[in-house]
Amino acid sequence: MSAVSEAVPVSEPIERRSGLRFRISRGGLGTLVFLTPMLVVFGLFAWFPIVRAVVMSVQETNLVSEPTFVGLNNFARVLSDPQFGTAVANTAWFALLALLFGFPVPIILAVLMSEVRRGRGLYSALAYLPVVIPPVVSVLLWRFFYDASPHGVFNTILGWVGAGPLPWLQSSASAMPSIVIEATWANAGATVIIYLAALVAIPPELYDAADVDGASIWQKIRNVTLPQLRSVLIVTLILQLIATAQLFTEPLLFTSGGPNNATLTVLLLIYRYAFQNSLGGDYGMAAALSLMLAAFLAVFTAGYYRLTRSWSTSS
Amino acid sequence: MIRPTGRRGAAGGSAERGIVSAAEWRQPRLRWPLRVLQLAVLLFLLVVGLGPVLWMLKASVTPTQDTLRAPMALWPNGIDLGQLAVAWSRTHIDRYLWNTVVIAAGSWAIQLLVATTGGYALSVLRPRLSGLLTGLVIATLFVPPIVLLVPLYLTVVNVPVVHIRMIDSYWAIWLPAAASAVNVILVKRFFDNLPREIFEAARVDGAGPFVLFRSIVLPMSRPILGVVSVFAVIATWKDYLWPLLVIRNPNLQPLSVRLPTLQPSTDLGVFIAALTISSVIPIALFLLFQRLFLGGQGLSGAIKG
Repeated sequence: MSAVSEAVPVSEPIERRSGLRFRISRGGLGTLVFLTPMLVVFGLFAWFPIVRAVVMSVQETNLVSEPTFVGLNNFARVLSDPQFGTAVANTAWFALLALLFGFPVPIILAVLMSEVRRGRGLYSALAYLPVVIPPVVSVLLWRFFYDASPHGVFNTILGWVGAGPLPWLQSSASAMPSIVIEATWANAGATVIIYLAALVAIPPELYDAADVDGASIWQKIRNVTLPQLRSVLIVTLILQLIATAQLFTEPLLFTSGGPNNATLTVLLLIYRYAFQNSLGGDYGMAAALSLMLAAFLAVFTAGYYRLTRSWSTSS
Repeated sequence: MIRPTGRRGAAGGSAERGIVSAAEWRQPRLRWPLRVLQLAVLLFLLVVGLGPVLWMLKASVTPTQDTLRAPMALWPNGIDLGQLAVAWSRTHIDRYLWNTVVIAAGSWAIQLLVATTGGYALSVLRPRLSGLLTGLVIATLFVPPIVLLVPLYLTVVNVPVVHIRMIDSYWAIWLPAAASAVNVILVKRFFDNLPREIFEAARVDGAGPFVLFRSIVLPMSRPILGVVSVFAVIATWKDYLWPLLVIRNPNLQPLSVRLPTLQPSTDLGVFIAALTISSVIPIALFLLFQRLFLGGQGLSGAIKG
């Protein structure tokens, strides 16, 4: 009897206290304290600017006077700007080149690397190394590599095999491919790692089954490996396209859009509207063009997913 | 979502077979071409992946005239270590490196604070509307960063409600960086997978939300905090456009912003030495935390970068 009566006053306050705290934590002060940093930061620097982007695109905004509503005027001005067509064409050209160079290279590398038994870590580390070099450093270094004189780094190497010298960044025709080669070098490693993870996850039974059927190595790659990578490839392809559409650092630092606007991308044009305008930033035009780019990417992605889904159901 | 791939990647050898079967490996007819192919891949990666970095190292200790005249020659007239010293002190790389370190450290601390507290509230405390909040956070993932550029800039020029001008203040970099949905969602997912029984037991023992957070949730979350930390530092280190826009005072600018402006007025050898110094910390972080980068979680970093 005495043991029970002693136990009750000890356990009761604990239970009551924990119950109380529990209730506070469900919706009260504690939760609010934990939510505040996220709400403040996202509110001010994510949600508010997203809404503001839409509002700004139909306003004339500068930092001096009050913004005024101008309807779709900003969009009309962007569409009638002769540089707009150039920027869109250049960005599309860049995306196409990036696809031609940048899409197959990581796949081939990853498939070859996945068969390495000893020292695969070294292979991955070497492939990934360019990704961790800050982009500004890579671009400035490669700008020197691309020196158009016969003493440039790449032209010296080309000279060893009797080729070149190439004008690289100096000519309108080769400037964009030069940028794409650097961008592929700088980013391919990240994609290689994603593919490697996907390749390791392919069930070995599938290869066992293919062996039983007497498939050659090439047949196994075509009929097992690539189909198994399909869902990853679909995602990386669209992510790569979205990333190339927002290319900025490379064209700005390599060529600032030149020669002759041959490397003027959409993002560079947005930057020019907003921040390189001698008449003061035209934020409305910049916002309108950003929204058009985002809308295009959204529609493109949606269409792409519908298309790839219909492929998978038909096959 | 990230843990299984990471574990699988680490234990990749357990399956011990890929496209080429053990029987095929034993056939000399296939083995030698495969060996040669793998060696060729290694050589390719050495030349393409490591080559430019090695060239940068070489050029940073090669006199400028040698680099200009014969960029591929190995020290025709000796080594000049002085260039590194000149870059460090006379072009003030030390100061800009310090700025970058401060920016990266602050960005790391605030990203971690927001991601852990936010993830904890959404995953463990779960107030009413937490589903909606999670949705709003995820929604920002679908907005391309470019849409935010101009309105975010105007927000930083004049922060709403408090009306502060954050230009030339590192807060202008730290706070927007913390509004990272990837961080919050990664941390929330990790917290979702922690065993609920431990939380309940702690609550029964009288632990409130703060004690639970500090003594139980955080100590159990080291792996995910490591991932978020490393990618936060690397992403800040790589960033160029945003610090270019919001940090106008050259004495406060980070390396990435200063390097392009320094180039025209700097001796080439010294400049390449500066590029080398700028790359040391990211490369060191990569070598130290290789497994985080190569374990398949690189996806989040890849999208951001």
